[in-house]
Formats: sequence, C-alpha cells, structure tokens
Amino acid sequence: MATVTVTTLPWYAPPRIAQAIGQVRRYPVVPLALLMFLLVIPALLATQVAPYDPLEGSLANRLKPPAWQQGGTSEYLLGTDKLGRDILSRLIHGARVSLMVSLVAIFVGGIIGTSLGLMSGYFGGWVDAVLMRLVDISLSLPTILLALVLVAAVGPSFGTVIAVLVVLLWARYARLVRGETLSIKERDFIARARVAGASHTRIMVRYIFPNVVNSLVVLATLQVGYVILLESALSFLGAGLPRPIPAWGLMIADGRELIVRAWWVSMFPGLAIMLTVLSLNLLGDWLRDHLDPKLRNV
Amino acid sequence: MQRYIARRALQSLLAIWVMSLVVFSLARISGNPLDMMLPLEAGPEEYERVSKHWGLDQPLHTQYFIFLSKAVRGDFGNSWKWHGQSAMGLVWQRLPATLQLAGFALAISVVIALPIGVLSAVMKDTGWDSVAKIIALLGQSLPAFWLGIVLMWIFAVHLGWFPTSGRGGIQHMVLPAITLGWFQVAAIMRLVRSSMLDVLDSEFVKLTRIKGLAEWKVVWKHCLRNAAIAPLTFFAIIAGVLMTGAVVTESVFSWPGTGMLVVDAVTARDFQVVQAVVIVFAGIFILTNLVVDILYAYLDPRIRYQ
Repeated sequence: MATVTVTTLPWYAPPRIAQAIGQVRRYPVVPLALLMFLLVIPALLATQVAPYDPLEGSLANRLKPPAWQQGGTSEYLLGTDKLGRDILSRLIHGARVSLMVSLVAIFVGGIIGTSLGLMSGYFGGWVDAVLMRLVDISLSLPTILLALVLVAAVGPSFGTVIAVLVVLLWARYARLVRGETLSIKERDFIARARVAGASHTRIMVRYIFPNVVNSLVVLATLQVGYVILLESALSFLGAGLPRPIPAWGLMIADGRELIVRAWWVSMFPGLAIMLTVLSLNLLGDWLRDHLDPKLRNV
Repeated sequence: MQRYIARRALQSLLAIWVMSLVVFSLARISGNPLDMMLPLEAGPEEYERVSKHWGLDQPLHTQYFIFLSKAVRGDFGNSWKWHGQSAMGLVWQRLPATLQLAGFALAISVVIALPIGVLSAVMKDTGWDSVAKIIALLGQSLPAFWLGIVLMWIFAVHLGWFPTSGRGGIQHMVLPAITLGWFQVAAIMRLVRSSMLDVLDSEFVKLTRIKGLAEWKVVWKHCLRNAAIAPLTFFAIIAGVLMTGAVVTESVFSWPGTGMLVVDAVTARDFQVVQAVVIVFAGIFILTNLVVDILYAYLDPRIRYQ
C-alpha cells in the first residue's frame, strides 16, 4: 500500500516581513556584518577611512583618553598612544595587517598542504609514508616555541611571520586532503579518466581537487581566526611583526606597561581581535554545518 | 598493542630529533653568535679564542654532532646572558614555577568547566545551555595575553584584590592561572557536555531512574563517572597546551617560570638557553601526546589496527 504524505500548508500566507526574517536567520548575518565592519572594510579602505596616519604621532597629544572620557577630544575618538598616534587609525590599519598576514599565510600553507596531500593520497606507497610522518611530526611540535625560535633566529619581519605560520599550517591541509583523496580515487570516474588517457597531474588537479574544495574552504575559514590569534600572540611576545607596524598584538604589548595610566591603549585592539575572531569562528561553524558536516572534528 | 606502542614511540623520538635539528640549524642561521657575545672592540684573536672555546670553529655537521651528543646528556652549554650558568640548570630552576602555575590553572579550569559542562548537558537547549555555549565561544576567541591584561586591570589595578605580577602566595597565582586556564575551560566544558549527553541517553541511566534514585544522584554520581572517561584522557593534551601557553601568560604577569626564561633568552639571543627550553618543552609536549595515544589505544582497540 502506498503511503500518502500529507503536507499541511499554513492556511494563511506568513507576512512578508516574517518571511524576510526567516530568510535572514538562515544566514550568519551578524558575524558577516561584524566581519565586514571590523575587518574587511577597514582593511580595504584603510587609507581612506582612517582619520590619521597610523605611524605619525604628535607628541603634544600623547596618551589622550577616548573622546567620552575626561580630557578626551573628539579629534581622537579612541584616544592616542604614548607616541601620540591615533588609536582608531592604527586599529583600522591593523585590520589590513591582520587580514593580509592571515590570508597570505593560509593561501601559501593551503597550497603547499593541498598539493602534498593530493600526492600523498593519490600515489600512496612510500610517498604517502614519508609525507604522513612529516605531517605527524609537524603537528606534534609545540607551536609557539617553534615560532619563537624561528623568529628569534631570523629576526622579526613580515616574511618570517608568514614563514612561521606556513610551517604551522600546511600539515592540517595535507592530512585533510589526503583523507579525502583516498576515498575519491577509488571512484569510477577516476578510473575512467585514467582509461581516457589523463595524466596523473591532470587527474589530481582536474578531477580530485574540485571534490575537496568545499572542505578546504571550511578549514581555511576556521583557520583565519586561529591565525589572527597566533600572529597577535607572536607580535605581543616580540617575535612577530616588527614595530612600528600597526599590528593589533603589538598595540596590546605597547599598552601593557601603561595599563594603570592609559587602559585604552591595549583595550581597543584586544576588543578588535576578540570580535573579529569570534565572528570568524561563528562563520566557520556555519560554513562547516552547511558545506561539509563531515568536518565536525577538525 | 606492543607494535603500536613501539611505532608511536619511534615516531615521538623522530619528532624530538627533528626538533633538535630545527633548533640547531636555526641557531646557526641567525648570524654569528660571536657578534652578540663579544664587545665591539674585540680583536680577531679574541674572536678566535672564544669561537674555539664554544666549538664554533668546527664544520657544521661536527658542531651538530657535538650538540646532539651533549644534548642527550642534558648538557646544552652555558648561558651567555645569565653569566655562564648552565642552560639546563636554568631550565630546572625555573620549571617548578611553570609546573605550579600550570597545575593550578588545570585545577581551576576543571573546577569551572566540569559543573558548567554537566549542567548544560542536563539542561540542554535552555538558557543555561546558551550561556555555556557563549563561554565556549569566548574561550576560543579571546587572546590569552589580552585577557591577562584585562584581568590585571580590573582585579589588580582597580579592585586591588590581587597583586599585578610576580610569584608569591596563592593570591599571586589566581590571575595568571585563570588566564592560562581560560582556553581549557571551553575545551573541557564541550567535551564534558557531549560525553554527558551520550551517557544520559543510555539504558543504565534509565534503569537508575526507574529504581527511583534521586535525580542529582543519577546525574552527579552515575552519569558523571561514566562521562568523565573521555575528558580524562584529554588531560594529557591539556598539559601540553598549558606548557606552551605558559610562555604567553608568564610574560604578561612576569611569572618567573620557563616561559619567561625563553622569552628573555630570545630577546637576548641566548641560544644555549633557548635550545634547552625548547627541547625540554618539546620533549614534555611530545611525551604527553605519546601517553595519550597509548591510553586511547588501550581504551579503544580499533585505533591499534589502523
């Protein structure tokens, strides 16, 4: 006997506005808006949006409190640091720094990890054995210490920070891509491509890679927040970006000794990091749930 | 099982060896260490004498061999910054402070995380659960060093409840321990919550309820005992994380442990000390990972045959 499914339709059409809210709630609106506001727009339009030069200070206006506090002026909305540089302008330029560092590091680390993971999973054998031992080792090294040694040896610069982050990031991509490749390469269409005469490289790039992109996007999004946290911790320890780059971590380090006299110097960059990473995590979770529920434990 | 342990142990040894290679080669890339050690007016014969003394006139692979054979015996040479004290001695001297802080941090995070995790599992999908979710999210998003500064600002500078920095009685330890443990709170809490949810769903819990046991006894005695297994094995990982997290926290609170030691050594380019700290930390970190993996394999036979 055939089962009959009865779908009950609402006897009235829900009002437009409720439909709109329902639509909106299906997307991570708040984190996206926060991200645009905190990270993307300031990063893209830093020079246009920032009221002052992030590196030029006026010593006459040292340690001005934020505008709403006693002694603050509306010229410096979030106050100034000990060299009289505008905190707001430095925050805005800091967004550019954070975004740039994390995107470059994740991009480079992702490319290296993905290609090694593809090779590892596709060829198997000793290639796989060697690469996966490398991954295991690289994942078992203590992050911050490795970075400290690396940066202390070569000296802090944009390039070294990127190098440190890439060393720390590639292994996760390699492991993820390898796992997916292992199952994809058993599928029929790969064998058919092989029969049709496609080379190994072509199969990896044109047939396997497109099937792992979703997982890669999710992992990359989840990692942006992690990388921003890591970079700021390194900069805070003096092993990240060099002064006077307006990096958020460096700004917090600058404000540490001033905490009694000028709380605003370290408070605002910290808030910026927190909100940015928070919204990135929310966005990443959402993406994971919708693009790739398998990744629950990554 | 033995084969599995042997394989994992070998792998751990390999990891420590790679770390020693990394540390050694980086120390040599960073430029001539003699430039940092000698005064500006030192002449060439002075350079030669000192480089002979430190073995820096030998070819690189010999230097590495010397380094490795000494390192195995725990000899990482003498510090330049701390007036010729042995690097390993410095690490041993500072390690208790770090262990004390890490232990206290672990205790605090368990005390906070366990009840919240249990309650959020019992009261799933209520307001309490959302609060727990928010705490977990914040745990992942707050930069630890900034949290430390904020805590210091509120509780030490404004309220004056705790001292701002240094080591002393238990009141010196509260703020650094919270800073260090904060991230773990989120992790432990989520673990406890998910394993509690599994246990609460199982048959024996229904039985205890049918027997008419008081609800608090069901939850806190019967369920928690079974749900605690997963988080327990997680502790070793946490131990590793706490050790590295100590670097940041200690430098915020000027806590005189190994973390501060390594940061000071890095700024002074005192590589003997950096090497010693990094190898010891890496050893602890890798060893705890090994223990966890063996523990897991013991508890879950499926892992052994992968």
